This record gives sequence, C-alpha cells and structure tokens, in this order.
Amino acid sequence: MKFNKDSLKIDAGRVAGELAQSVRKQIRGDLKKAGAVIGISGGLDSSVVVALCAKTLGPERVVGIMMPEEDSSPDSQTLAQDLADRLGIKTVLENITPGLEGMECYRRRDEAIKRVFPEYDSTYKNKITIPTNILEKETFNFFNLTIERPSGEKKTKRMPPSAYLQIVAASNLKQRLRMTTLYYHAEKRNYAVVGTANKDEHEQGFFVKYGDGGADLKPIAHLFKMQVFQLAEELAVGSDIIGRVPTTDTYSAGSTQEEFFFGLDFYRMDMLWHAMENKVSPAEAAAVLDLTPQQVERGYANIQRKIDATEYLRLYPLEIE
Amino acid sequence: MTEQDKIRQEIKSFITELFLMGDENECPGDSDSFMKEGVIDSTGVLELVAFIEDKYGFSVEDDEMTPANLDSIDNLVIFISGKLG
Repeated sequence: MKFNKDSLKIDAGRVAGELAQSVRKQIRGDLKKAGAVIGISGGLDSSVVVALCAKTLGPERVVGIMMPEEDSSPDSQTLAQDLADRLGIKTVLENITPGLEGMECYRRRDEAIKRVFPEYDSTYKNKITIPTNILEKETFNFFNLTIERPSGEKKTKRMPPSAYLQIVAASNLKQRLRMTTLYYHAEKRNYAVVGTANKDEHEQGFFVKYGDGGADLKPIAHLFKMQVFQLAEELAVGSDIIGRVPTTDTYSAGSTQEEFFFGLDFYRMDMLWHAMENKVSPAEAAAVLDLTPQQVERGYANIQRKIDATEYLRLYPLEIE
Repeated sequence: MTEQDKIRQEIKSFITELFLMGDENECPGDSDSFMKEGVIDSTGVLELVAFIEDKYGFSVEDDEMTPANLDSIDNLVIFISGKLG
C-alpha cells in the first residue's frame, strides 16, 4: 500500500449510499424492525448516523432521543434539535437527571472525588484526563482528576485506583441509563436502536459496555473519525456540528475526547492507526506525518495497547463450551 | 537476601495476589513486559503505583510513569531500589 496524506480520503457520496442501503437492509431484513431510534447529542457521530437513517428510512421512521443530564453542555440539545428539525425527524426530550439521582450517580461520583480533593463540593466542575504527550515519551495511560472552582481555579492530581474506578463506574450509569431509555422508545415503536460509535471508539474501547455500546446495529463502527467528518460534509449535517470539538459530554468541566481517552488529535491518530494496520514501516509513516520513526512507534504501541486492554468490552458474555 | 532480592520478592507477591488470583505459576518472568504479557492494563498500572507508594514510602511522579520504570519485574526492582538508594 502506498501510504500518503490522502490515505483516509473516501468517496463520501458512494460510501454514504452504501451505508444507507446496508442500514435499510439490516433494520428491515435482519432485525425485522420498522424504523430507527437514535440517541442524538449534536455531536458528529450521532448526527451522521441520524442523517443516514433519515435518508434511507425516510424521516417519518426515525426518532431522535435527546437525553441531557446536569453535566451535559446546553449546546448538545440545541444542536441536536436544529439538525432534527432540518431532517424532519421526530424528537423526544428525556431529562435523565432525576433517574441518575435515583441511582445515586452523582453522590457516588462525588464521594470518590472527595477522597482525592476533600474540598470538592457541588459548585465545582470536574473531569478526567490522560497524558496527551504520547508521541513524545513512552508513557502509560494513567488518569488524572481535575476539579475547577467557580472562580476558574483548577487543581489536578493523579487518581488512586479506587477513586478512579468509582468515578468511572458512577459516570457509566449515565450511558447505561441512556441505553435503557433508547430501548424503551425503540420497543414501544418496534424500532431498532442504532448505535453511533465510530472505529476509534469501538476498537480502542471508548464506550461503555451495555451503555452506548448497547445497540442493534452500529453502521459507522468500521470508519475512522476522519472519515466520519467526510460523511458529515456529504450529508450536510451543518458546520456548527462539524466544527464542534468532540467531548465526552459526561464530565462537567468539559473533557475533550483527546484529553480523556485518545491522547492524540484525530488526524495523527487515525493516520498512524491506518498505517499500523497496513504494516507501513515507521520510517515511511514518519515521512508522511512529519514525525520521527520513534514517535510513530510510540503511536503504534499506544493504539495497540488500548485495543488489547479493551478487548473484553467487545466480547459477548462468555459461555462454557 | 539482598535489598534488591527482597524488593523482587515483594513485587512478585503483589502481582501474583492482585492480578493472578494467587497463581504463582502464572507470574511473568523477571524481564517480561507486563503489558505485552497481558498481566496488567492501565487500571493495573494505577494499582501497581499505589502499591509502590504505600509500601516504599515515596511518590511516583507523573514523568516516572514509563514502561522503562514499571513494565517488568526487573525494571521495577531497578526503579524502586534507585529511588530508595
């Protein structure tokens, strides 16, 4: 394979057409369902998926569910509703904050945060980050907790494992409640739940098992984020959505996906990963990406570690054979 | 038993208990990479660092969180004895 700066370019019109056909065939033929339910957040991936579904099923057979909670950005709902209006699909607003309060999501999370920062209270914002210098230095993906006072003052500390695990377990209740809500709306209409994970999220494990990972089909799980951007242009989801910085929309201090999980910008990560998959030598990839071969090797190793470490997320429940 | 032998034994016991359900036969070789052998993941690294800090009474700084310091029993012995030294 000749690796070059355009290696991830796709014929977006052709790909969108093929995906639309596959989605229709899977929902009608394989799943025997009558339409699609999609959680919409005004982010790139859910916008592309909802636009694809509206195109192939007809807007009258697509329902977008908006599920904000108290840490969500207000932009999420506005952008999602604007797109839904342009596509002509129905929407449902489900505020999941009371449900999460019932499950003690916030109390459990805050209890763990206070073990790291005793001064933390509900007026603070919080987020989790990992090192973002992964090409400069071979480093493990350890997790930092940042809290932000209302004045904007920030404090960051590496988390002990018990705090990290509890914060993530509590926060994952958000994605799991969203999945449950999506299935309610899907089942009452005999529709399918369409997942919105792209390849970066699906294969590196940036999703919650039985949370946003729970869906009947995942039509863009084989596409790099850089390719989803091209589909977004093709499907005209809007410059506000395309230009938005991808975040987790889970932590109140606005954690970007790069600082929370990937540790690298999407262009370099996707290009490095594509090169690694196609066995492009570090020297050849380095020349194309203006990196050193050593930086490429670090990038390859970091991506492979994430794929290996999250394999269990992609497994079905194990059975005794 | 030298100080380094003692550290090596303590690390092996910790890894066997926490990551291998007490099965000593599964303990990686002294120079084997934990990550490559699939013994620990990124949460495991946090567990390992918490153990080191608690057991040996020093802080592991962020820029010390590298495979060169933490990714094998040999690397850990050198790192810990260097910090204690």
